[in-house]
Amino acid sequence: MSIDLKTTHIEPLRRTFDHIADKLGGDKPATRYQEAVWGLQPTLNFHYRPTWDQSHTLYDPRRTAIVMKDFDDLVDPRQYYYGTWTIQRGRQQDSQEKNFEFVEKRGLLTALDAQWRDRITRFVLPMRHVAWAANTNNSYICAYGHGAPVASAAGMHMMDELGVAQYLSRAGLMLGDNEPALLDAAKAAWMSDVMWQPMRRLVENSMVTRDWFELFVAQNLVIDGLVHPLVFERFDARLIQHGGAVFSMLSEFMVDWYAESSRWVDAVIKTAAAESPANRALLEGWTTHWLAEAGAALTPLADYAFDGEGATLLAELSAALRARVARLGLTITG
Amino acid sequence: MAKKLGLKERYALLTRGLDWETTYQPMDAVFPYDSYEGIKIKDWDGWADPFRLTMDAYWKYQSEKERKLYAILDAFQQNNGQLNISDARYLSAVKLWLQGITPLEYAAHRGFAHAGRAFRGAGARIACQMQSIDELRHAQTQLHAFSHYNKFFNGFHGFAHMRDRAWYLSIPKSFFEDAMTAGPFEFVTSISFAFEYVLTNLLFMPFVSGAAYNGDMATTTFGFSAQSDESRHMTLGLEVVKFMLQQHEDNVPIVQGWLDKWFWRGYRLLGLVGTMMDYMLPKKVMSWAEAWGIYWEENGTALFHDLGRYGIRLPKHHEVAAKEKQRLTHEMWTVLYQYGNALSLHTWVPDDEEIAWLSEKYGATFDTLYKPRLLFLRAAEQRGERYYNNRLPMVCQVCQIPIFYTEPDDPLTQCVRIVEAAATRHHCCSDGCADIFNHEPMKYVQALIPPQQIYRGEAGGARDIFEYAAWLHLERDVDTGEYRGSPDQKNWDAWQEAHKTKPANAA
Repeated sequence: MSIDLKTTHIEPLRRTFDHIADKLGGDKPATRYQEAVWGLQPTLNFHYRPTWDQSHTLYDPRRTAIVMKDFDDLVDPRQYYYGTWTIQRGRQQDSQEKNFEFVEKRGLLTALDAQWRDRITRFVLPMRHVAWAANTNNSYICAYGHGAPVASAAGMHMMDELGVAQYLSRAGLMLGDNEPALLDAAKAAWMSDVMWQPMRRLVENSMVTRDWFELFVAQNLVIDGLVHPLVFERFDARLIQHGGAVFSMLSEFMVDWYAESSRWVDAVIKTAAAESPANRALLEGWTTHWLAEAGAALTPLADYAFDGEGATLLAELSAALRARVARLGLTITG
Repeated sequence: MAKKLGLKERYALLTRGLDWETTYQPMDAVFPYDSYEGIKIKDWDGWADPFRLTMDAYWKYQSEKERKLYAILDAFQQNNGQLNISDARYLSAVKLWLQGITPLEYAAHRGFAHAGRAFRGAGARIACQMQSIDELRHAQTQLHAFSHYNKFFNGFHGFAHMRDRAWYLSIPKSFFEDAMTAGPFEFVTSISFAFEYVLTNLLFMPFVSGAAYNGDMATTTFGFSAQSDESRHMTLGLEVVKFMLQQHEDNVPIVQGWLDKWFWRGYRLLGLVGTMMDYMLPKKVMSWAEAWGIYWEENGTALFHDLGRYGIRLPKHHEVAAKEKQRLTHEMWTVLYQYGNALSLHTWVPDDEEIAWLSEKYGATFDTLYKPRLLFLRAAEQRGERYYNNRLPMVCQVCQIPIFYTEPDDPLTQCVRIVEAAATRHHCCSDGCADIFNHEPMKYVQALIPPQQIYRGEAGGARDIFEYAAWLHLERDVDTGEYRGSPDQKNWDAWQEAHKTKPANAA
C-alpha cells in the first residue's frame, strides 16, 4: 500500500537559468552539477590586464594551444560539484581513518621486516613530494585553465593530491613510530639519492610548463598514470607476497581515488581530442613526450623496488597507458 | 606505545615538510610571480599557519556541513519555501546577490588558486588553496539555493549574461578584477584582509541577517554554513598582513598603500549593500549608518590601531566615509530607482512605514534632503508618471558607480574629480577614487566604462537605454522597473491568496 501525500503545486515560470537552457537546447530541468559549473566563468569585458602577465587577459583561452568551441564541454563524468565531492571524500576519509586506527591498534606494522620497511622508505615515501608537485600543478590548472568545468575539477584534484601527499606522510609517521626520521630520510632521498634525481628533474620541469593543458597531460595523465599503477598496484602486490599486506590498508584511498579520478582525466582528454585533428595532434605530441620522459625517470626507481626489473615493468606500464589513451582517440607510438 | 606528535609539529611535517628548494629549475622560474610587487620576504618559515587543517580533517568537517546544508535546501525546494519570505520585494536583495556577489565568490575561487600557486612558501600556498576550494563551495551553494527562486520569480534567469555586460554589475566585476590582476600579495591583502577581515561583516551580516529576518531559509542556511569558512579566511587575512609587516620595514609603505586603496574600493562597493539594507529589505535589520558605526568605526578602526605598532595608520579618506554615512544609501537608491529600466531587479518608493523608519534612523538629514524627493517620486508614480532616467550617466573611472555622490561637506553639490593620463581626461566620483587612479593611471585607463561602450556601439549597437536593456536580455517591466504592478508582485499576491486557504504541505 502506498501513502498518498499531497503538497501544494505551484507551476514554475521556468526550469533553469537562461545560459543552462541554451546549453541544454531548451528550458529543461538541469542537474545541480550543470547549474554549478556551466557558464560560471566570465567570458568578456575584462577591465585590466594582469600585472603578472601583460600578454594575456584574465581567463584568456590562449593560455593553451588546445582550441575548443566551448570549454564548458570539458565536463566531469563524476559530476562533482563541491558538495558531492566533499561528501564522497568525507566517506573515504572515514574508511581510511579506520584503517589507520586498525593498523596502529594491532601493531600490524611491526610484522614488516627491515628490508621491506627500507624499500617503503626509499621508494614509496618520497612519492609524497611527487604528490605535492601534483598539488602545485593542479593549482596552476585551476588558476589558469579555461572554463569552470575543468578549472573546478582541477581545484578538487589539487586538494585530493594534497590529501594523497598527507596520507603518505601519515603512513611514514606510523612506520617510523611517530618520529619524523623516516620522512626526513625519504626527503633526503628525494633531494640527493641518485636514483631519485631523474624523477625530481622531471617533476621540476613540469612545474615550469606554461600551457595548462599540456601540464594536465603531463601531470594527471602521464605522471600519475605511471606512478599510481607502479606504486599502489605493482609494488603493493609485491609487498603482499612478502608479508606487507598492511601497506594496502594504508594506501586504500590512493587506489580508489586513482580509479575514480582517472574517469575525469580520460573524459577531458577524450572530449578535447574529439574536437579537432589539431587538438588530437597536440595531445598525442604531449603524451608521447612526457611518457618517454616519465618512463625513463621512473626506471631507476623501479629497478630498485623490483630488483632490476625496472625497464620491463615500465615498458608494461607505458604500453598500458598507450592502450588507455588509444581508447580516448590518441595514437601514441614508441 | 608510539608517542603522540604535537599538533603543530605534525602539521608542519604534513605541509612544509612536503616542500623543497628546486635545483633543476630555478625557484624564480617555478615561482615567477611573488617578487615583482616589491614585498621583501626574508624567511618564509616566519609564516604562522593561520589554521592547522589537514585534508583528512577538512573533508570530515566540510562533508558534515554539506550534508546538512543540502538536506535543508532539498526540504526548502520540496516545501515551496519561497512562499515563506516576508514579501516578494525582498527578492531584489537576493537578485543583487546572485548577479553581483556570487560571481565574486567564483572569482575568489580562481584568484586564490592563482595565489595558491604563486607563493613560494608552502604554508601560504596551502592556506590559499583551501580558501580557493571554499570559495567554489560558496559560489555553488549560492547557485543551488537561488536556483529555486529562479523557477518562480523573474530577474534571476539571465545572471550569467548580465554579469559580464550590465552597467551596475561592472561595479563588483571591476572591483574583483582589479584585485585579480594585481600581484598575489596585493590580491590577498585586498580580498583576505581589507574585504574579508575588515569589511566582511558589512557584507555578510546585512545579507544573511537580512535573509533570516525576511524568512529566506535557503540564503540563511548557506550563510550560516559558510560562517566557519569565513572565520578561517579572516584569520588568513590577518596573518598575511602581519607576515608582510614583520618581514621587512620596506613592506610597510607598500602595504599601507594597498590598505588605503582597498579600504576605499571596498567601501564604494558596499554602498550597494547598504542600499539593499536600507531600501530592499521589507523587514530591516539595522541601518547602514548603524552598521558602519559598529563594524567599521568601532571594530575596524580598533583593528587598525592594533596594527599601529607596525607603522600602519587608518586608511586615507575614512573621514569621508563617516561624513557620507547619513546620505550614501539615499543617494544610491535614487540612482537605482531612476535607472530601474536597466536593472534586473525591481525598485520602488518606500511605503509610509518604511519612510518613518528611515526618518527614525537618519533624522534631519533624511527628513530635509531625501524624504521630499521620495514623496515627489511617489506623487509622480501616482499620476501615472513613474520616473525613469532614459539617458546614460557619467561613470567613475575607478569604482564604476555613476557620478552622483555629493561633496563630503556639501550634500547638495555633486562631487566630480577630473584626472588625466595618456592624454585623456577621466572622471572620478571622489578624492578616494582619484587617488587610486593617480597611483596606477595606466591600469585604470584600461577600464571598460559601460555608457562609453554603449556610445561606441559596443553594446550590440544599442542606441538607447531600452535597446541596451534588450541587449542585456532584460524583459521590460518583467525583469526591470517598478515593483508595484510587476508580474512578480501579481504572482506573489496570487500565491499568498491560495496559500491562505491551503497550507503549503497539507496532507
